[in-house]
This record gives sequence, structure tokens and C-alpha cells, in this order.
Amino acid sequence: MTSEPFLSIRQVRKSFGQTTVVQEFNLDIDQGEFVSFLGPSGCGKTTMLRIVAGFETPSAGSVHIGGKDVTDLKPNQRNIGMVFQAYALFPNMTVAQNIGFGLKVAGMPRAEAKARVDEMLALIKLGEFGDRYPYQLSGGQQQRVALARAMAARPQVLLLDEPLSALDAKVRVSLREEIRAIQKELGITTIFVTHDQEEALSMSDRIVVMHGGRAEQVGTPFEIYNRPTTKFVAGFVGTLNVLEGKVVDAAAGKVLVGDGEVVLAQSLNGAGAGDSLSLALRPEAISLGKKPGRDASIGGTISEVSFLGSVIRVRVGLGKDAVSLDTFNNPATPPPRVGEKTEISFSSADLLVLH
Amino acid sequence: MKANRFWSWGFLVLGVLYFILPLVGTVEFSLKMRRGVYSLDAYWAVIFDPRFQATFGYSVVMALATIVVGVLLVVPTAYWVRLKLPAWRPVLEFVTLLPLVIPPIVIVFGYIRLYNTSSWLPLTGTAMGTNILLMFGYVVLSLPYMYRAVDTGLRAIDVRTLTEAAESLGAGWPTIMWRVILPNVLVAVLSGAFLTFAIVIGEFVLAALLNRPAFGPYLQLIGANRAYEPAALAVIAFAITWGCMALIQVVSRFAPKPPTQPH
Repeated sequence: MTSEPFLSIRQVRKSFGQTTVVQEFNLDIDQGEFVSFLGPSGCGKTTMLRIVAGFETPSAGSVHIGGKDVTDLKPNQRNIGMVFQAYALFPNMTVAQNIGFGLKVAGMPRAEAKARVDEMLALIKLGEFGDRYPYQLSGGQQQRVALARAMAARPQVLLLDEPLSALDAKVRVSLREEIRAIQKELGITTIFVTHDQEEALSMSDRIVVMHGGRAEQVGTPFEIYNRPTTKFVAGFVGTLNVLEGKVVDAAAGKVLVGDGEVVLAQSLNGAGAGDSLSLALRPEAISLGKKPGRDASIGGTISEVSFLGSVIRVRVGLGKDAVSLDTFNNPATPPPRVGEKTEISFSSADLLVLH
Repeated sequence: MKANRFWSWGFLVLGVLYFILPLVGTVEFSLKMRRGVYSLDAYWAVIFDPRFQATFGYSVVMALATIVVGVLLVVPTAYWVRLKLPAWRPVLEFVTLLPLVIPPIVIVFGYIRLYNTSSWLPLTGTAMGTNILLMFGYVVLSLPYMYRAVDTGLRAIDVRTLTEAAESLGAGWPTIMWRVILPNVLVAVLSGAFLTFAIVIGEFVLAALLNRPAFGPYLQLIGANRAYEPAALAVIAFAITWGCMALIQVVSRFAPKPPTQPH
């Protein structure tokens, strides 16, 4: 028996006039799960989030929260909390009043609301800032207040619309850790919209990679990074080497890559002998020279060497293709030289066939 | 460089004299009622005139009613157009500018034709009906100022995001308007209100042609029949207008400060 998902998005489509921005979108999210919508600008991730929030009505399909169809409910009837990129704190209210706004609207008794506001202030480590106004806070502090405000009324679902993208790099890293810790502590079901793959990979239980209004791939960060199923996902998440291969023997999975033959562990997507295939390899899956446990190797020439401190990035030309790979810097060993003949090795299981 | 400064100061002094001299003359003349000495006799005569009290009181009440109706009309309209119908903003801008283009005498004749005793809505048939008609006329006259003041206030805040944030926290429209939008545009609304007050207090055409006992027609009546009192009244009217302007400056200091916005 499978349990009912807590949040379910079914066959959602959204069009603005002739333009369809979200199509055939299906997703089930479990209670307490942290799911990220990841994709480039214009891929429909924010529109999908706004549909869940109730700010947009889907052209087709439905949204269910806690087993209830909320598609036609107004945003203020959905019991959701939302954090915006632009913070959206009420300028006329203090920090405490901002956090207590939802509680007051819900008619919570004053003493209880005050206790909850204090609890939230402590949670975001801004206990001393209750009487300040938003203009007296930094961007990171404002966003923490926005987070506390969104969670104060114990919403069923927390929606985060690129909450970190307006902050500087250092604050982003600390705040994303803080958001994840608070989310885990409260066990609140969360959807996080971002175009930053590092944020999505580091924070999420699952990632939905979106492209052209569709969910291109749904999976754990590990799956998305290591087993991308489409060329887009492979290219969008992480650095990727794309190689052209020619099928030699489809039944045996034998493919010619550069000057070497490789036996693929994956299916060839119905390709026959003589057909071309797009294959992908992560830099960290490739070793310079033959290494034990690596069953495939191809000869090439070193075309570029970049010293990055602890790591040396090497680019190796393989006929008309080229791959990048990283080796650790070893002070006892001189770095490879440009123009040097070499061999790269990898495990054929790491070679991905792209759709 | 020095020549430039000389001409700048020269024009400034000329401008100040152009505005100040007639005022100084009016104030000086208003103080000359008693022969040979300066006195406030003209002011006392005006202030203790029962007709002054009646007409001024009437205009104050009309101004307050105009402000209330104007705010109730303009704030939700400007907010809604910004939020949901941004394409209609130019239309609204045009409509709210019309009272500056159409003379009040045309407006009032239109009213009299539309709402006379033989029309479908005979507002001019009763004193209360005519008061209501006059008040709506004042709302129209103050529309360009009230709309622009409120629209400027709304431009200073992120109306859409604040509305959505409040909605996501469970707030309905009345709460959003009353607790989120209005406090953040209150200074703009008050600016519009003070301008409206100044306009209504001195308005003559609508009140005279609708035959209502307002301050404007009283000013005209006194001006036609007395010597010193009109000057005193003019100074009082100026003081009221300047008082309103000063209040706009004072309340603008209490505006909620916008927080730092993300770049």
C-alpha cells in the first residue's frame, strides 16, 4: 500500500494568451519534504510556484494539499507561507509586528501570538530586533524575518521564491544552511524555487529540473547530478563533457568514442549500428592515465592546463571532441604539459547516454 | 562666474518681490481699518461676523466630506489599477486630468441640467441634495491632486508583492487595504487631503451657482461691499492654504521608510 502524497500537482498547464509557460506538470511531494524547482529564467518554475500559492490559476490540471483540492481556493484560504525574492516586509510594521501579522489575521489571542513571535525571533536568531523596522535591517536579516513571518502561523506548505538570489555570496551560503536547518526542525513541506544549481543540490531532498515549462527530470540531488536523463539536465546541472559516439555493435552496447571502443552499461536508446549518440561524462569521473577499476580508456592530447590551487583542471583533446577533468595538486609531481600525449580512463558505467 | 551669481540673485530677489509685495500690501491694508494706527479691527470684524462663522463652518464640513469620499474613491481605484489593470493607468491619468481642462462653470451647468428638479435624480430639489451634489463637484475638482498624490505614494511601495505577502498570510482585501496599503500611502493621502481642503475652502463657482452658503461666495460678497475686511479675509485664506502646505511637510516626515530593496 502506498501512502497518499501530501502535496500533489496533477497535469497542470498554464498559458498566457498564446504562450504556454507550464505544461503537463505532475509532481507528488511527501509531508516534510524539501523539493526544489531548478531551471533557467523563463522555464516556468516561478509560475508553477505561484499556481501552488494560488496567485495564478492553472489553465488545466489541479493542485491538492493534504488530500484537498485547492485549485480554486484563494491564496488566503490555502494555509501556505511564502517568502519572496524582494523580502516583502511591511515597511509600516516592526519586525515583531511583521512576524505576528498572520497570527493577528488568524485571530490568535494576543498572549499566545506574542509567545509565538518570540519563539520565531529566537529561531531566526534576531531576538533583540523585534522593535526595529525593516529599513533598519540588512538584506539577510530582512529575509530571515520574512522566513519567520511565513512560518509563524504554522502553514501546511512553505513556498520560497528565489529567497537568496538578492543576497551576497557569503550571506547566501549561511542563510541556505539556516533555512534547511529550520525546515528540518519544523518538518514543514517546502518548495524552493532557484536557478542556482548549488543551492538546489545542497538543500533539497528532491530536485525538479524544469525546462520549457516541463519537469525535465525529478530526482534526488545525487540522481540529478550523476544520472541526468536528458541533455538539458546534464548540461544545466554541473560541468559536463559531451562526446559524440558512433554505435559499432548495438546488441553488445559497443560504441566508438574518439579512437577507442567503449562498452556501455546503459541502453542505447534504440540506436543501431552506425548511428551517432551523445554521451556525457562528469569531469570527476575521468582520470588522467590508466587507473585500476576504470574499464574504458581513450587516447588524446593535453590541450590546456589550468592551475586552480588544490586542483588542476586539464583539458584533453580527443579527435574533434575534448574533455575536461580535474586532478588533485600533488607538490611532488609536476603538472601535465600542454601538447603531451596521454590517455584518459573512466568507468563505462559513468558514461551517460543522453536523450 | 561672479556675473552669473549676480543675475541669479537678481532674479531671485525680483521673483520674491513679485510674490511678496502684493501680500505685504494686502496685510498692511488689512491692518489700517482704524484711522492712523495699525489694528486687527478688520480681522475681528470678519471673525465675529456670524456669516463668516456659518460659511467657514459649512466649507470645512464640505471639505471633510470631500476628503472622505475622495479617499474612498481614489485609493482603492488607484490601488486596483496598479495591481490588476496597469494598462488602464493612462486612461485614468487622462480622466483625472479632465477637471483641470474643463472649467468649473461648465461642470456646474452640466450638473444643473442633469440633476434639476425635473430630472430622474432631482438633487437640486432639496438643500441636502444640493449639498451632496456640491460635495461630488468638489471631489471632481480635487481629483487631479488627490489621484496624483495617492499614485505617487503607491509608486513608492511594491504594491503587488506586499499584497501577495499579505494574502499568503491569510489576509483578505479589507485587511490588506486597511493594515498594509493605507498605512504605507497615508502621507500621500494626507497630502492629497490638505490640497483638497485648500481647494474647497476657496472654491467659488460651484458653490455660487448651486446657491450654497460656502466660504467662497462669502469672500466675494464681502469683497464687493467692504473696504478692509476683504483684505483680512484674503490673508486668512492665504494662511489656511499655507497651513495646509506646512502640514503636508510635517506629515511627510512620519512616512514609513522603505526598507532596502534587493538589487
